[in-house]
Amino acid sequence: MTHHETEAETVYGIMAEFEHEEDVLEAAEAAYARGYRAMDAFSPHPVEGLAEAIGFHKNRVALVVLLGGLTGGLSGFFMQWYTAAVEYPFDVGGRPYFSWPAFIPITFEMTVLFAAISGVVGLILLNGLPRPYHPAFNAANFATASTDGFFLCIQSDDPMFEAEAVQAFLTEFEPKSLSVVPL
Amino acid sequence: MSKPESISFDEASREKLETLQRNASIAGVVGLGVLLGAWVVAPSTFYPAYLIGFMFWWGIALGSCGLVLLHHLVGGSWGVPLRRPLEAAAMTILPLALLYIPLAIGIQTLYPWAKHVPEGAHEHLSPWLDQSFFLGRAAGYFVFWSLLALAVNLWSSEQDGRTDHAPSRRLGVIAGPAAVFLFTSASFGAIDWVMTLEPHWTSTIFGAMLCIGGLLSTLAAMAIVLRQLSGCNGISQKITPDRLHDLGNLMLAFTMLWAYFSFSQFLIIWSGNLSEEIPWYLRRSRGGWEFFVVALMFFHFLTPFFILLNREGKRRTRYLALAATWILVMRVVDLTWLIAPATNDLNSPRFAWGTVILGIPAVVGVGGICVAFFLSRLKRQPLVPLNDANVVAALERAGG
Repeated sequence: MTHHETEAETVYGIMAEFEHEEDVLEAAEAAYARGYRAMDAFSPHPVEGLAEAIGFHKNRVALVVLLGGLTGGLSGFFMQWYTAAVEYPFDVGGRPYFSWPAFIPITFEMTVLFAAISGVVGLILLNGLPRPYHPAFNAANFATASTDGFFLCIQSDDPMFEAEAVQAFLTEFEPKSLSVVPL
Repeated sequence: MSKPESISFDEASREKLETLQRNASIAGVVGLGVLLGAWVVAPSTFYPAYLIGFMFWWGIALGSCGLVLLHHLVGGSWGVPLRRPLEAAAMTILPLALLYIPLAIGIQTLYPWAKHVPEGAHEHLSPWLDQSFFLGRAAGYFVFWSLLALAVNLWSSEQDGRTDHAPSRRLGVIAGPAAVFLFTSASFGAIDWVMTLEPHWTSTIFGAMLCIGGLLSTLAAMAIVLRQLSGCNGISQKITPDRLHDLGNLMLAFTMLWAYFSFSQFLIIWSGNLSEEIPWYLRRSRGGWEFFVVALMFFHFLTPFFILLNREGKRRTRYLALAATWILVMRVVDLTWLIAPATNDLNSPRFAWGTVILGIPAVVGVGGICVAFFLSRLKRQPLVPLNDANVVAALERAGG
């Protein structure tokens, strides 16, 4: 399998360009049915069902947001308890030092703030950003993925990857262009 | 624009529906029978209990009407499977208008201001809390709400039979102002019927808080309706995961909004710590009611909040209907907590066992009548509106 290994070292994958979203969806579904797993699709707008078609079901952004929210809420509550009841006890109108109802608005705001920030930061990091170089940009016409092109890339790290077979497979869907993407 | 196919119940579902309707009627009659007995034996226990049942279903009737108006205003795919159930539920304001009569009869037992006219420092309340003005207002509310329910139902059926969009356009024109007046009048109703149980206490957020609670009940009730409808051919294809997801998100939003309103009222009164305001909360946190407070925090807010965070769950009818059942039970607990302790004596706080227990046949009795009426409306029309611009647009976007 030396042939395969050298290929994996120099080739990122085979990229097919399509003109219509139905075409990329069809190709993605067929590729998944054929057994390819390491693939990615690129489109200028969200294509309904495309993420599922390439086998992408779950991301961990929701978990990150939940943990961020819990962290924010708990630390906000703790901060108020510690300052108002422990470190600098302050009598407000004869109320108990630990007046939890008064702590709720800040706790809520901190929950929202931390959940929102961890959502944005988590989204960026989980997407592998910031990333100045990505091999996908070596593909022909790839800039149109931001305007009107739809792309499907079967990657060389797929166990089933063989350049000729993948090229032949993708040609069946009559792509507008087909390119071998160097690493 | 293409004409969507007409969807109605098939034979099997229709039979199930007839059984359900019969059972609901029986439950209604039995529940109201129990209440009639209680009324003879202990009227002062009966009236607040009956008010709990009445306010619960009143919130759903008006909430449904409000959501129909909202759909006429903003459109959207969420309304495709919900429009007809919401319209049918809005019509239950007609039986509810009749079911209000016992409360009108019991005005002297239920409301302290009706027995003793407010005087002294509270004299300024007397023009508003005047028995005939109070009943006149109630009649006015019911006339307005009934006319609104009739308008959204009759014009919507009229639209089914024609291809020009005149009835839809009419509804689009009235929807904005009608929604404003509906919310305002519902807030007035809540203040009149529940807040004046303790006439010396006021809270400006009270009416809105009950309206939000009613909307939450409505969304939960609709999740259960969709669960039932998902077993029926035709309509089941319209109950897509995305539309369930929308409904689940709305339930989550209103759960949070309910908590926000309820807590704001408490926080402001707790911070102010004024002797004319805090007794309302003291009555509701002594003599066993403190357990209701804890239950409301944990089971009316925190539990549904975390249940409804689950994305996959919200896309399934079974999960959503279970969450909805939980919420509806907690809505009854909330209304019980708002209404039953109104007469709690702070010097010797007691738990109003009679009212709490009688609240159950009240919810079942009023509910049985409303559900039977709702089902009889629902089966008379196509389950998805035909030729309605908003619905057609949503169906075209979804590809049928």
